Amino acid sequence: MPQGFIENLYVFLLAGFLGFEVIRRVSPLLHTPLMALTNALDAIVVVAAIIIAARRGSVLSEVLGSVAAFAAFSNMVGGFLITDRMLRMFKLSGRKKS
Amino acid sequence: MNITVMDLSTVQLLTDFAYIIAIAFFVLSLKWLSTPATARRGVLVGEIGAALAVVTTFFNPELVQFQWVLIALFAGAIVGIPLGLVQMTAVPQRTALSHAFGALAAALIGISEYYKGISSTPPLTKFEMVEIAMEVIIGSLSFTGSLIAAGKLQEWLPQRPIVYKGQNYVSFSVLGAAVLSALVLMFNPTVPFLFPAMVVISLLFGVMLVTPIGGADMPTVIALLNSYVGLTAALLGFVLNSKVLVVAGALDGSSGFILAVVMCKAMNRSFTNVLFGAFGQLQVTAKAAQEERTVHTATPEEAAAILASANTVLIVPGYGMAVAQAQHKVRELLDVLTKKGVDVKFGIHPVAGRMPGHMNVLLAEADVPYDKLVEMDAANSEMPQTDVALVIGANDVTNPAAKTDQGSPIYGMPIIEVDNARTVMVIKRSLNPGFAGIDNPLYYIDKTMMLFGDAKAFVSSVVKELTGGGE
Repeated sequence: MPQGFIENLYVFLLAGFLGFEVIRRVSPLLHTPLMALTNALDAIVVVAAIIIAARRGSVLSEVLGSVAAFAAFSNMVGGFLITDRMLRMFKLSGRKKS
Repeated sequence: MNITVMDLSTVQLLTDFAYIIAIAFFVLSLKWLSTPATARRGVLVGEIGAALAVVTTFFNPELVQFQWVLIALFAGAIVGIPLGLVQMTAVPQRTALSHAFGALAAALIGISEYYKGISSTPPLTKFEMVEIAMEVIIGSLSFTGSLIAAGKLQEWLPQRPIVYKGQNYVSFSVLGAAVLSALVLMFNPTVPFLFPAMVVISLLFGVMLVTPIGGADMPTVIALLNSYVGLTAALLGFVLNSKVLVVAGALDGSSGFILAVVMCKAMNRSFTNVLFGAFGQLQVTAKAAQEERTVHTATPEEAAAILASANTVLIVPGYGMAVAQAQHKVRELLDVLTKKGVDVKFGIHPVAGRMPGHMNVLLAEADVPYDKLVEMDAANSEMPQTDVALVIGANDVTNPAAKTDQGSPIYGMPIIEVDNARTVMVIKRSLNPGFAGIDNPLYYIDKTMMLFGDAKAFVSSVVKELTGGGE
């Protein structure tokens, strides 16, 4: 079994537990923005797409990488945008009255 | 020469540091999302992390040809911005679509790695082949599955579950075929056409996985697909040996998983039941057996008088409220009742709306303050002291059959127990069963008043009555 795999498995397990503990604390109030935000963070796949598309390689990988970069980057831009839009809407009532 | 080598390794080191900072920011981002007070800071820090990672990637010395990728990123932004500006009612289908995009991106990179791997020396090891195959299978099925979910939510595809006899066997055989292809590829990665066949089979399985699932289960399905997409990204991290992807994927995957568990609990269902149970089948017969029963009805004037004399009112909104575009009128009702000294709260069922937390967003958009929103358990413990429970466009989540009728398809599902309030009002177009098509005995009990009509029109006449008559 390759050494890299073991290292990645450590990282995966720890990140999984960390994610579980952090996300468990997100108020159900914000579950929709949570999904939008994790979507945007997941779009970090775009960095891999950029490398695949822009490094010296076959035309196929250039095309696949570019399409992947397109899809992932639209998630990144749209995901952050909509998360912030939603969060701006959440207001407390005290502010209006006082 | 030496200087160049040093530069390369320095660049590599800087890239690694940038990715580590990005990861730290991602975790902070999710941590700050936990409460509305800090949530926007969380988004900002996530954006900084992502921007840092993307910009640093361009300094990678391996990169030589930028024209296509720059066009792709530009096009991504052009498409992403309108997708970030959709209406709040359309957020579920937008989310499903972005799951499809995320899965597509990860799957395409995996496919590209496969073709790079089989044409290079040394060729792919068995281990690498398995990693790639798993990544591509899950990515492909999440892609088509999410597209089908988006189509159902957008109502381009029928909401009702589409089922046929022996469906689960057929679906599992298709998945089995994909796994079998992966196993053959493991021993011989270069079998002609087998890899593309595996991709096509996986795409087909994604369609077969989501088609039989009904509209009422979409909140769970979206969360589950979210989890698959995260898993795909993490697997891609294994394939590319990229820790940033492993971490981001693990975070996304655990988030989707948690939300899916929350949704399942809120419906008293198991994952297997959601995926293979074809919810919504029993109601066809239940509907036919329904006989005429008497209901109490009330006019907007009567409803307004009762609401104005109440001390506490709990509004239970469902997706029907959003369909009728009644959120803003409901907020006016909140304002006018609050002014009259009535304590108004909103009881939010976890599956109200079409994705986790959807109802909160819809109400927040209508300027309902979030401290007025009460979760199901809190709402239920306050219910006996509640004078009026006003149900707007919600059906199954208030259905007492879930507690009493063992034959009901939703038996055991936790509900907002509006039948414990002193008076119940239900705004509804007609007595037709709702989204999931299940009859609701709530409508026939003595303390329930049915307010027949369009939710928006009805609430606005109640508001008119309250403002006109009260001053």
